[in-house]
Amino acid sequence: MEAVIQRAKELLEQGEVKAVLGYAKGTGSARRPHFARQAGQLDKLVMDEACVQNLAVYVTKHEVKKLGKVAVVALPVTQRAILQLMAERQLRDGSLAILAVDDGAVKELDSASALEEHLALKAQVLNAKDKASLADLEAMDQGQRWAYWQKELSRCMKCYACRNTCPMCYCDHCTMDCNRPQWVPVASHGIGNLEYHMVRTMHLAGRCVECGDCGRACPVGIPVHLLTIGAEETVHELFGQRAGHKAKLDYALSTFKTDDKESFIR
Amino acid sequence: MRVLRVPCTGRIDYMMVLKALHKGADGVIVSGCHPNDCHYTSGNYHARRRWMVFKKMMEVMGVDMRRITFSWVSAAEGARWAQLVNEVTDQVRALGPYTEFRQVIGAGIE
Ligand code: SF4
Ligand code: SF4
Repeated sequence: MEAVIQRAKELLEQGEVKAVLGYAKGTGSARRPHFARQAGQLDKLVMDEACVQNLAVYVTKHEVKKLGKVAVVALPVTQRAILQLMAERQLRDGSLAILAVDDGAVKELDSASALEEHLALKAQVLNAKDKASLADLEAMDQGQRWAYWQKELSRCMKCYACRNTCPMCYCDHCTMDCNRPQWVPVASHGIGNLEYHMVRTMHLAGRCVECGDCGRACPVGIPVHLLTIGAEETVHELFGQRAGHKAKLDYALSTFKTDDKESFIR
Repeated sequence: MRVLRVPCTGRIDYMMVLKALHKGADGVIVSGCHPNDCHYTSGNYHARRRWMVFKKMMEVMGVDMRRITFSWVSAAEGARWAQLVNEVTDQVRALGPYTEFRQVIGAGIE
């Protein structure tokens, strides 16, 4: 952590960045995002295993973009999200100083190509817990999966925390808020919840960086990240593409191969 | 059976399939021209990818995928189209009403 704070201090003092975004102590053992706009506010920064949130969700906000160049303490998931956001033209290449923290080491990356190179060094692996949960789902039969999700989704109150915490859900005007025409009912009743989660999953297939924040954000503990991470894994299996690895947009659903293989279309 | 005409398979939003189920359809056919035969060059290639991902998502959600049929039938294949529709209609009739889904449509609405 010392090295990150030191470097952040230099960047801030030399005026190279207007703010530093990292983690600070929150309630109990939790960690919360922290913006330091003066060197004196840097002491609050912490870095440990409890720092898990994908901070990329903040850097696309208008308030943050207005600040100017910002340095971000970036875990691998944050790095992937930032790279994907740059590929999707939501962030300008070079608009951030990325302080990559992987396994304790700090590396400064300030362009999409540097991020791409850095991310290519290590293969993306899904954590064991989510992998096991996805395998459990896979092992169920159709009726069991239906019952499982109906039970889980019955608790959803459409607070949209899962949407709002996701760095890849950046649209100012989300289709969930559209009412002309209204594709998805706003109410959190059976069909409203089901369609919301189906649409969210489809919108993130091929774009999800597998941070798991959506599941962590849910106040009633619905594992919604299994839907999006599952869809991302499907895209990878089917088309060999992954979100957050290329500086140039590589979105599986906006391209095709003439020999894409399936076995269900009659 | 109700037909919803769109200009190209590329125009088939998966929301249309969800809405059909929402409106109480017990089965849905999603169909269009064969790959390599697209009037708009690549609409069906894009659609194919989307269907692949959509189908898997629906399976993960536990939707009964025997009720959704994907097919390539062009406008010049009248006989094939009639045959497909007959087959699918028989199949869906045999499955009966999609009660699991209908229960959800009513759930939580006072
Ligand atoms: S869908 Fe969930 S796991 Fe995927 S990027 Fe968004 S918050 Fe992270
Ligand atoms: S965070 Fe949980 S309760 Fe809120 S909308 Fe998402 S799934 Fe529903």
